[in-house]
Formats: sequence, structure tokens, C-alpha cells
Amino acid sequence: MAVSWRCCDATACRAAGAAALRQRLEAEVGAERVKAVGCLRLCGQAPLAAADHPDGSTELLGGVAGERRLDLDHPFFALQRPVVLERCGLVDPSSIDDALAQGAYATLAACRLRPATELVEEVVRSGLRGRGGAGYPTGRKWQLVAAQSGAQKVVVCNADEGDPGAFMDRSVMEGDPHRLLEGMAIAAQAVGAAEAYIYVRAEYPLAIERLRTAIAAATERGVLAGLPIQLRIGAGAYVCGEETALLHSIEGGRGTPRPRPPYPAVSGLWGLPTLINNVETLAAIPAILREGGDWYAAMGTAGSKGTKVFALSGAITHTGLIEVEMGTSLRTIVEAMGGGGSGVVKAVQTGGPSGGCIPAELLDTPVDYASLQELGSIMGSGGMVVIDAAMAMPELARYFMRFCVAESCGKCLPCRAGTVQLEQLLDRFVEKRASRADLAQLEQLCGMVQATSLCGLGQSAPNPVLSTLRFFRAEYEAALAPGVVP
Amino acid sequence: MSVDPPVVHGHINGQAFSAAADATLLQVIREAGLQLPTLCHLDGLTPVGACRLCLVAIEGHPKLEPACVTTVADGMAVHTHTPELETYRRMAVELFFAEGNHVCAFCVANGSCELQDVAVEVGMDHSRFPYQYPHRHVDASHPHFSLDHHRCILCTRCVRVCDEIEGAHVWDVGYRGSACAIIAGLDQPWGEVTACTSCGKCVDVCPTGALFRKEDGTAEKAPHPERVAQLAEARHDHRWTNP
Repeated sequence: MAVSWRCCDATACRAAGAAALRQRLEAEVGAERVKAVGCLRLCGQAPLAAADHPDGSTELLGGVAGERRLDLDHPFFALQRPVVLERCGLVDPSSIDDALAQGAYATLAACRLRPATELVEEVVRSGLRGRGGAGYPTGRKWQLVAAQSGAQKVVVCNADEGDPGAFMDRSVMEGDPHRLLEGMAIAAQAVGAAEAYIYVRAEYPLAIERLRTAIAAATERGVLAGLPIQLRIGAGAYVCGEETALLHSIEGGRGTPRPRPPYPAVSGLWGLPTLINNVETLAAIPAILREGGDWYAAMGTAGSKGTKVFALSGAITHTGLIEVEMGTSLRTIVEAMGGGGSGVVKAVQTGGPSGGCIPAELLDTPVDYASLQELGSIMGSGGMVVIDAAMAMPELARYFMRFCVAESCGKCLPCRAGTVQLEQLLDRFVEKRASRADLAQLEQLCGMVQATSLCGLGQSAPNPVLSTLRFFRAEYEAALAPGVVP
Repeated sequence: MSVDPPVVHGHINGQAFSAAADATLLQVIREAGLQLPTLCHLDGLTPVGACRLCLVAIEGHPKLEPACVTTVADGMAVHTHTPELETYRRMAVELFFAEGNHVCAFCVANGSCELQDVAVEVGMDHSRFPYQYPHRHVDASHPHFSLDHHRCILCTRCVRVCDEIEGAHVWDVGYRGSACAIIAGLDQPWGEVTACTSCGKCVDVCPTGALFRKEDGTAEKAPHPERVAQLAEARHDHRWTNP
């Protein structure tokens, strides 16, 4: 028996030259011994290829010529706990046969023999919370939709992952699309829905291609239990990750949020009761239903169960995709798994434009919903950007504020006009021409935009400012114009 | 046969109220004779909760709620004018003034402008936020009316009245964020949009001087926001003669 290769064929590796590496390997060992797979995790060393030896050992190589031998015993790999990503990197995402051979749709088939209430109960017991950012208990959401009367219900998958520095959901869709489809079909059975949509952003062409292939194959094989799943492609608006804006967009309208209630569980797509979960949440479902809610709940902390996928990037040695148990400390992630900062670690940014910065002295913070929120950040969808000493915090805050200015839909005043004023105030700090009054106005306006905006985008837009003001206030003070008495 | 909704009881600023369970907080607040500023809301049109001026504090609610889209509930204790709300309202009005080009002195709506009224109501005599002086334009392509985007506050009343009452849907919102603008047809000059019936309802409901009749000069606009509710009620109740 000869060695066989798994070549990462996800976006990052493709950009780094995965095609050339694969051609070379195919010429060497023959095409039948080389398989395209999803993300192999250590994106910073892309392109990646894994060699499976006949003796059962595996080695991982990085670089177009496979010139870097990577240590699979390194904590970056050893401390991972793959649940959502259990097949990602092993399965050929374009092959339903490979997916079926590795157990795809077996859980769905088993779930078909169980009463819907039992499925919902398992998810409640698992303690799974929404992985899109807000962390709403998934089981409770399922109960709400299941409890709605009415013959027609809808399942919607939010695949509009838009936070800068976030690529968890993309990796799931590119690496193991059948897992998502299986999760959606189980969800549909549990809540009594007969149709489903995936709303995926147009910026993810490979994910779209893989989903199209997967949906067509799964439909043809009849493994989706008759559930029609339709793809809807976003048109480039970040706000369409907000659930009511997303639903408007699917309906063909302008992607703007509306006040809730009514929540989509009661009145969602076309007024129908709608279950809306994000990619990672739905992709966790097959494992939960296979192993049981208690199995999942045994991982993590009291308020944050299970595992979470993070996209680790920024000023850190090892960048890439990790899945760890909830409650793992930031220090473990940054220092052990990430191999430490490439410079002096100053802070870790979580939650993207809705989140905040956790300073280096608080790296022992466990990563769970409550701990991050206490520190003025959020779990968010899973972007984790390491910031080094070279980055000035007012500038970082301005980067995210500019993002919110560009992505505000413009429906409500505080977000439309308030973020513009916040960006201009931050300009004054970045350019060291701010006054005392500017600092006071910055804080007051942050409070106003947070308290009065219509949707989560506006309500959380001030978070990067407030969080850096909390932990790095000295930098704002130092950015006052010369002559201003601090 | 329709069944009357049950009655609920609560308090607004310490004053007891009773209301039908399907009433909005804004209805109850105004029926109680209390003042609450609004700009996007208009009786007769679908509420959108966009201007955020009618936000109120409800005991036990972690967030402020827009009174225009919040349904009353039994035991609700509502506060309409906490110091926090008054601060935010004034800031909101300042932001409205700063994001557009509002010059009351030579505006058609001077004296009959809801933005002006709201500014007086919340005590805003100047904006602490710098004016943005956006580059906007005037669409005077319609034979009878004009749209001066400098004065538009994006309340979307025109969009809703044209869609919901007139049924023409000439107006919509184009672009996003601070670049948002009311657009006619497929972002065409208003006068080229054949769907427009020239009914003038959008002009009647516009809270500022953004939409106006061409014959109106400074301070001559006479808006009729009340007509929408009259029309909506007349249609709903099949009542077509004036009392």
C-alpha cells in the first residue's frame, strides 16, 4: 500500500497555490491517491496537504512544494476538539459518496424514526446556544417554532457570515456541506417545517458551489427526507446577517431590519413561523442527535456548552481554524495553540464590529458567553484577531466604526447618522487633535447609539469603542491635542 | 362578528391607564394627553420604528422600546421622559439636523415643519454635532411638485403612503447608510415615472419641506398629514361622506 494524500481545497489554500501542489502530488502518486478535502486548519501555512501512510500515521505538509513539515502533535492540533469540524478535512466536500461512507445522513435517518418532540428535547438538553453571535438557546428557539400552529413552517440557515476576521461558517460549507444539510433536515423534522433556505453571501463563491453540488446530490439520492432546500445569494450587505433583514432579502425586498416582536419564530419568512439558525449551529446538530444532548452538554462550562469554532488570525504565529471546548482560556488559544504573538500581544479582539478587545492581562479569561460579555466584548460568531503593540486602539476602534458606517442600512437614525459622527470623533483621536469635550461626546454618543438603534448592528456598533475606552483609556487620553490638559 | 379585545391596565409616568389589549403604547400615551415626539410615525400608515424619538422606558425591559410598534400589556409601567430619554431625544434631533441641510429661514415648511416642532419640543436650539453639509440635489422634474433632498429626513412616510394608500409605489429607498436617499421609480427623475398619479399624498405627509408644491414659497407649505388617517379609516369603515 502506498501513501494517499488529502489536499486542502478550501479558499485560503486555493489562494496560496493548492492547485499546483495537488497537480504535483497527482503526477507523483496518481490521481486516485489524491483527494480534495476541506480546511486542514493551519491556514497560515497554506497550501496544506496531509499524507496518510499505510501504517496509520499521518503527516502534514505546507507550502506549494510541500516544503514545510508541520507538527501534528503541536497544541494547535492536539488541543482541538472537532465536533462541527469532525469530518472537515477528511471528507471530499464534492462527493456525496465519500460523505455517506463517513456517516453523513445516518443520524437523519435515525431521527426519522423518533418523535419530533424528542429531537427538540435533545437539543434543549445539549445546552447549544446560537453560534451566530447573540447566543440565544437553540433548543428554546426550536421549542418556540415547534409550538406554532399552522401547516407551513420554514427553516432558514443564516450563512451571511460577515464579520471581518471570521471564516468559520465558510469553512464548514466549503469543507463538509452535507453536515449542514443534514442538520437542516433534522431541524425541519423537529419543528415541522416543509421547506428550507440557505442565505449565503455572494462573497463566498466556493461555498456556494459546494452547497449547490451537495444539495443537488442529496436531493437526487433522496437522503434529505423530502426537504427542499433552496439557496439564496446575498448582495453584499452585512446587515443581512440580522435575521429580519435576511428574511426581507429572501422575500426580494430591501435588506433592512424591522422591530421585533414579532420574532421570526412567530412570524418570519412570508409571515410563516420560521426557524432561523446559523451555519455552525445547524452543523452541530447531527453530532448532538447522534451522541445525545447529554454528551454535548458534558463539554464546556455551565452556561456555554459544547465546542466552538474560532477563526484565529492577526499578529499570531499560527493562524487558522480551531474548534475548542467552550471555556478554554484565551491564553491557551493564543499562547499554546496560536504559538504566541508574532509581536507583543496587546489584546484579543473577539466578536468583530459588534465585539471588543480583551487586554493581554486578562488572557486567562475562559472563552464563554458570560465571561466575554462581562468584559464588554461578545462571543460573536467566532472571529478572534490578535492585536499587537503596534496597533493603536483609537485606530482599531475607527476601523470597526468605518465598517459600521459603510454597512449601516440607513433605516434608523442613530446608526445612520450617529456612526458617521462617531467615526469623525475617532478621526480626531487618531490624528491627535481631540479635545476633552470630544472624549465626553464620544462616550455619550456611544451610549446613545447603543441604547436607541433599531437592530443589533447599530446597538453593538459602539462596542469596539467602549471596550477600548475601558481597557486602553490612556491611549485616548494621550491622543488629546497638544496643550489639552489631560 | 368581531370580538372586542380584552382591556389591560398599566401606568404611564405614574398615571394609571386602561386600554384595549391590541393598542400600541403610542396610542395610549397620546390618548392620555401626554406628549411624545415622533417623525416617522403617522396614523394610517404601517409603523416602522425608524426615527427612534418615541422610545420609552418600560420597567422590567432591558432595552428602550419604540412606543409606535409596542403593544400594551397588562401591568406595564412606562416612563416617557426619563433624563436618559430626554438626553437621547435631544441628541437624535441634533443628528437629524446635522445629517441634512436644514435652513429654516428660507424653507417652504418654516412654521409648519415637524422637525422644527420636535426641535422646539426637546429644547434643541443648536447642534453640538458638526453639520455634515452633504451634497444632495433637488428633483424638480415633476410638473406640480418638487423633492428637495437636502431637507429629507428619510422618515419614509412618502414611500409608505404611496405604496399603502395610493397603491402606486413610486417611492422607495435607495443606497444605504448616510448615502440613503428617497428614489422615484428605478432611481429616475420623478417627472419620468409614469406610475405617479400626481395625487400629492406624499407632499401632504412629508414632515419637512422636502416634498412641496411648486407654487409654495418660503413658509407657505400647508401639509395635511391628517388626511392619511381619514382616508385609511374611510376605506376601512366604508364611510365615504364627510360627517
